[in-house]
Amino acid sequence: MKPTRKPIHPWPVRLTHWLNALAIVMMIGSGWQIYDASPLFGFRFPPLITIGGWLGAAIAWHLAFMWLLVVNGLVYFTYSAATGHFRKFFPLSPRAVWQDFRAALRFRLPHEKGVYNAIQRLLYLGVLAAGVVIVLSGLAIWKPVQLWFLCDLMDGYRIARYVHFFAMAVIVSFTCIHVLLVALVPKVLPPMLTGGRQEP
Amino acid sequence: MSPIQRRALLMRALALGAATTLPGCNYEDPNHPDLADDFLHAMSYWNDRVQQALFDPHTLAPTFRPDQITNPPRFNAFYSISQAPVVDPATYRLQLGGQIRDQTPWTLAALNALPQTSQITRLVCVEGWRVIGQWSGVPLSDFLRRVGADTTCRYVSFQCADGYYSSIDMESALQPQTILALQFLGAPLTPPFGAPVRLRIPTKLGFKNPKSIVQLAVTNVYPGGYWEDQGYNWFSGS
Ligand code: HEM
Repeated sequence: MKPTRKPIHPWPVRLTHWLNALAIVMMIGSGWQIYDASPLFGFRFPPLITIGGWLGAAIAWHLAFMWLLVVNGLVYFTYSAATGHFRKFFPLSPRAVWQDFRAALRFRLPHEKGVYNAIQRLLYLGVLAAGVVIVLSGLAIWKPVQLWFLCDLMDGYRIARYVHFFAMAVIVSFTCIHVLLVALVPKVLPPMLTGGRQEP
Repeated sequence: MSPIQRRALLMRALALGAATTLPGCNYEDPNHPDLADDFLHAMSYWNDRVQQALFDPHTLAPTFRPDQITNPPRFNAFYSISQAPVVDPATYRLQLGGQIRDQTPWTLAALNALPQTSQITRLVCVEGWRVIGQWSGVPLSDFLRRVGADTTCRYVSFQCADGYYSSIDMESALQPQTILALQFLGAPLTPPFGAPVRLRIPTKLGFKNPKSIVQLAVTNVYPGGYWEDQGYNWFSGS
């Protein structure tokens, strides 16, 4: 019998990744609808790209899918901490990011199966941090009285709303770049679906 | 824009963009729930229970300085400001119902004669905006005890002069900052802002602060509410 090779992406990472993608779409679509009820800036999101149709339904979607986002996120963090999965994001140095960035501009970024380049490491760590911030600021605006310490941490309700918005902007920007990079290097997609097998 | 106007507008926009919206988002029509509605209702019920567990009667809502008060306050209702009900303070009676021993209606003068408290607190609207105001009135817990309400019941419900209605959980009703407000900034409430009696409950969202209350009842039967019955989360705690 041939020794089985380790998958490029273990199934808990794949499962949480795609559940997270679903949760993010639902949270952002409904979040934009909620934003439209009382915009922070001089624009509204067009109803065509929002979820819910009206404020009451948007809030219901938002507060329903926040559970998927949070529980799924906790599973991912626990799994990654327990198995050392986070080691895939390190080491990470500004030099390596700069080198890989220049290589990427010349479309010469190496893609070894199962190894993230410095740009990916930076982007993934960045979006995971934004994920933590968006959950904490979301809880702060949901429960400014009972979770007052979170609201204080965000310097009050007013600021917490801006923090929540900017974390959303970071995640949306990440997702655009992320999906663009996958489209440019489509061979990375099948392993994220099926697991793939590392080179012997 | 009032929530109703906004909703009408969004419904029209929704009709245009129907192809891109999720199927089964007619959270609109409570009499014909589809799968999405059932899912959202179940999650909203779960969120009620989580909020009930999270609620700590000893955690007070933040209070503010007089110079932070939003003046003039911001009007919000399901109708425009000119349509706000005008209740004659002379003939006004607060009717009591449900599990309350002494159901004698209360005049405004009698309510004003009770010990009053004052608070400068923030009202946070479900839409995301907020105002700071100074309200004074009778602590609801004092009032409920005085009229012999059964405080082991689950709900306190409110009927308003404009047809609005809402209800809160007993634990929140007994929280010390929950008051039957009679005054704003030291003067009697004015019609658009809840005259003659409104609920002020800084541990819940704005729409859980019914205005121009004409009936208060204590019950174990879930009373719902004007917005709650349309899909807003019932507990809506802050
Ligand atoms: C339809 C949209 C998406 C597609 C097609 C997609 C695709 C992928 C692929 C192919 C990888 C593996 C990359 C590689 O092996 O080089 C990956 C990893 C990752 N993606 Fe996505 N993704 C999507 C949405 C998202 C969203 C919305 C987020 C977060 C907001 C996200 C966060 C991540 C993270 C953190 C990783 C690294 C996972 C790990 O190893 O722990 N993705 N994605």
